Amino acid sequence: MKKELIELRVNGRAHEVALEPSTLLLDALRQNLQLTGSKRGCDDSSCGACTVLVDGVAMMACTMLAASCEGREIATIEGVSEHGCLAAIQKAYGDWGGAQCGYCTPGFVMTVKSLLAENPDPSEGDVRAALSSNLCRCTGYNQMYAAIREAIAAERQGMVAK
Amino acid sequence: MNKGFSIIGKPTAMVDAAQKTTGAGKYTDDLSLPGMLVGKILHSPYPHARIKSIDTTRAEQLDGVVAVVVGSDAPNPYGILPVGHDEHALAVDKVRYVGDNVACVAAISEAIAEKALELIDVGYEVLPAYFDPEESMKAQSDLIHDNKPGNLEKGYHHSFGDPDRGFAAADHIAEARFIANEVTHAAMEPHSTLASFEIDPHTGTRGRLTVWSSTQVPYYLQHKLSLVLEMPMQQIRVIKPLVGGGFGGKSEVIPLEIIAAVAARKAQAPVKITYTREEVFWAHRGRPRTIIDLKTGVKNDGRITAVKARVVQDGGAYCSYGVVTILYSGALLGALYDIPNIQYDGYRVLTNKPACGAMRGHGTVNVRFAFESQLDELAAKIGEDPAEIRQRNLLKPPCITVNGLRVQSYGLPECIEKTVERSGWKERRGRLGKGRGLGIACSHYVSGAANSIIRSDMPHSTVNIKIDRDGGVVVYTGASEIGQGSDTMTAQIAAEVLGCSLGRVRVVAADTDLTPIDIGSYSSRVTFMAGNATLRAAEEVKKIIAAAAAKKMGCGVEELAFRGDIVLRNGADASSWVELSDRSVRPTQPEASVSGRVEGQILRGSLQQKRKDEGPKESMTFEEAVVAAIDFHGALTGTGSYAPPVDARGGKHKGAGVGPSPAYSYSAQVAEVSVDEDTGEVTVHKVWAAHDCGRALNPVSVEGQIIGSVWMGMGQALTEEMVWKDGMLMNPGLLEYRSPSAIESPEVEAIIVESIDPEGPFGAKECSEGSLAATIPAIANAIYDAVGVRLHESPFTPERVLAALRAKKGAKALNLTEGVDPTSPVRFREHGGSLCFEGKGPERHALDPSRQEFAGGAD
Repeated sequence: MKKELIELRVNGRAHEVALEPSTLLLDALRQNLQLTGSKRGCDDSSCGACTVLVDGVAMMACTMLAASCEGREIATIEGVSEHGCLAAIQKAYGDWGGAQCGYCTPGFVMTVKSLLAENPDPSEGDVRAALSSNLCRCTGYNQMYAAIREAIAAERQGMVAK
Repeated sequence: MNKGFSIIGKPTAMVDAAQKTTGAGKYTDDLSLPGMLVGKILHSPYPHARIKSIDTTRAEQLDGVVAVVVGSDAPNPYGILPVGHDEHALAVDKVRYVGDNVACVAAISEAIAEKALELIDVGYEVLPAYFDPEESMKAQSDLIHDNKPGNLEKGYHHSFGDPDRGFAAADHIAEARFIANEVTHAAMEPHSTLASFEIDPHTGTRGRLTVWSSTQVPYYLQHKLSLVLEMPMQQIRVIKPLVGGGFGGKSEVIPLEIIAAVAARKAQAPVKITYTREEVFWAHRGRPRTIIDLKTGVKNDGRITAVKARVVQDGGAYCSYGVVTILYSGALLGALYDIPNIQYDGYRVLTNKPACGAMRGHGTVNVRFAFESQLDELAAKIGEDPAEIRQRNLLKPPCITVNGLRVQSYGLPECIEKTVERSGWKERRGRLGKGRGLGIACSHYVSGAANSIIRSDMPHSTVNIKIDRDGGVVVYTGASEIGQGSDTMTAQIAAEVLGCSLGRVRVVAADTDLTPIDIGSYSSRVTFMAGNATLRAAEEVKKIIAAAAAKKMGCGVEELAFRGDIVLRNGADASSWVELSDRSVRPTQPEASVSGRVEGQILRGSLQQKRKDEGPKESMTFEEAVVAAIDFHGALTGTGSYAPPVDARGGKHKGAGVGPSPAYSYSAQVAEVSVDEDTGEVTVHKVWAAHDCGRALNPVSVEGQIIGSVWMGMGQALTEEMVWKDGMLMNPGLLEYRSPSAIESPEVEAIIVESIDPEGPFGAKECSEGSLAATIPAIANAIYDAVGVRLHESPFTPERVLAALRAKKGAKALNLTEGVDPTSPVRFREHGGSLCFEGKGPERHALDPSRQEFAGGAD
């Protein structure tokens, strides 16, 4: 298939990339832009390890065409750290054991970001419902809830990572 | 909080946590090299067939294809166990399961490689296939492996004590068949390997090989690569980048790890292969479907008199860890309770399905499900509280069990006590209302096998430590971090011993060129063995530093204490440390100075600095002490290694090598469930899990491991199951495999019990596997408590629960698949697409038992 030149806006920066129209967003991010933080865990949007935000909405990059994102704002895990420091959610995931092997973590962090953007004070049920789009095989999710609660509290105190 | 420790015992974020939460950390599939090719593997569409011919010409001619490799390119057999060298990188003469590896294409892109796979012409002669282990054992011809008559990989018959007399002395005997269906690890990271050869500068030809791979066992991989590629081990470097979960699925050499190297050799370019999720399911090595015929006898007072188990494991097409699995199933009937008489007959059987191997709780989980369920049944029979019958059968350590296992630290009594107390067992059981109940069960696991797979006197773990004049501590360990926190554990132990801050310690791990040998991350051995090696290495370096510091301070080494980046004279006096206690978290770098000099200037010359030093001091900074040690002693390095003690290595009977461990972890759990009697759906509301981990070096990690184990056990108990149809996996996707999501996952209250093992590092034992096995029977027993049905087959799906409920009421069994011919489903898989199945499934040989079984059904 012939490649076409498209512009992808990722984490606030514009990238011009030549892609086959069939290229998936995940492959464009990982292979063309070397943004390997978004992971491939399945191939069919059942695990959520590839979750990114497209215009603020959590989407699974493994089943989305890169070309369909032209002109839209894509946010990946690489854009979450603030001013070279861990964002509150990233710090909390580390401190509270929300990440073990870490392979699913970028996807979870993006999912939580989108949840908190929509609902800054989610109930436990809201958190569970939001996280159910992603799979983790290490943690049993329990420590993630603690991390999310801690991150919300930290954000509320206006405290970014130490 | 643990008094007297400054690093261990405190909840500590993993040393690589930021790499993981920012996405900066690199897993194997995140790596690439210039000129790297993509490898894709052609898999067998038949469960059992002879390869008559392979023609790769058309594939090789496709533009963009660099090389096509087949079995004859690397015909040497290998396998993880020395007794089980029955695998080939790519099939040499036969394929033995749907998904077996036939050929590999290395091409410039994934799309081209996939296209090339379709152009490879393979001629197969289909053979009868075996899918059920008990059928497979009857095979007379067309054996899966010619040297395994009756398709029996291995059979063991053990008798300890006098089982017959034991049963004769019993007042009550229960006997039943339990079945635990097959489950797999489904680690989030699909297997991936990148292999690259470099050119030797002296010969100008192909030289050393470097392999980056998602593995739990880099040194075994190096060994097997050397066998298959016929290269000396020292010419092969294996590097383990971050690994996205293993659970045992990466604890042996997976075909792609060898295939990538073989393809890189032929293509003369780096080759990376990453499995699709479906291929991960085919690679498998999970927990085998296990049929357990169990018989237990008890006295009226609840004392167990004898246990007899006949275990048949459906091992799949290759040996893998099978011989070890079937031995664990028998050996770990012991060491949890005091059982005076044990009879065990274990059969590891070959079938035409992907090979089963080691999975979290290796070999113990399914038998534990059966045993704990039966014990519950016996408790009900004699009218005893299920928690009390367990307390009645405790071991009295230190002791050696009837089957030769040495037990020292034993936290089981406290585990039972704590779970009973926290769950409100005594007050709440039986009072939760209709359809809701509580169940209890216990389990245990080894803290590393006392005998390694390859028998030798080599230490199981070795750790080197280097400290330079900058005061930075570098720990070199072969132990493989796979998410469980082994690097953090290593750093913590080194920092604790040396009395320095965690930020000062850098861990270099799992790189066969840089790090001393460690046999890998499996059998929950890392904290115990690599931890002990780290402890010893750090002690050795500390001795050198202490000698130099004592000389400088004009005191004896015994007067010194190391803590909070300070070496203090008279440090044994605890009050001196009070003001230092807050400094233990961060390095003191910015303000650190050496003899009035800024730290960065130390290197200018120690002579100058020596002159500046005045008489004896009360304390030195860590840097000062290190500089002094290097001046007096020379390079500052230490090494430590660990080999399990001889008296922990087990008995003398055949198969006695598997089961012994220097220490066992213990676990007790109470599960609260409710059962919907109309739909058969089981909901787990909460699990209280107490685990004896010896000492919790990092409590947040210990809790994480306990919760994760319980959760994975719950998956096996309720939803996870590999469903087979004629050797075809019907659910090779994460959605269909149904690992629990956040919605289905209960709260797990992790309770840490510390029994302080006499031989563990700071008393620590394992915490990552032992808890899993108790969860399944705890849930089964809770279901019994809730609705009065005893489930004998896991997972406890709504269909099985409903069938048991209806059978209890004497109601007509529901046929949920009425009107559907199970032998010819309309569609095998809706998405993803297995290679060849549209419609009926693979062509079968006329003598295929699966055909005979449904005579008339198949056409």
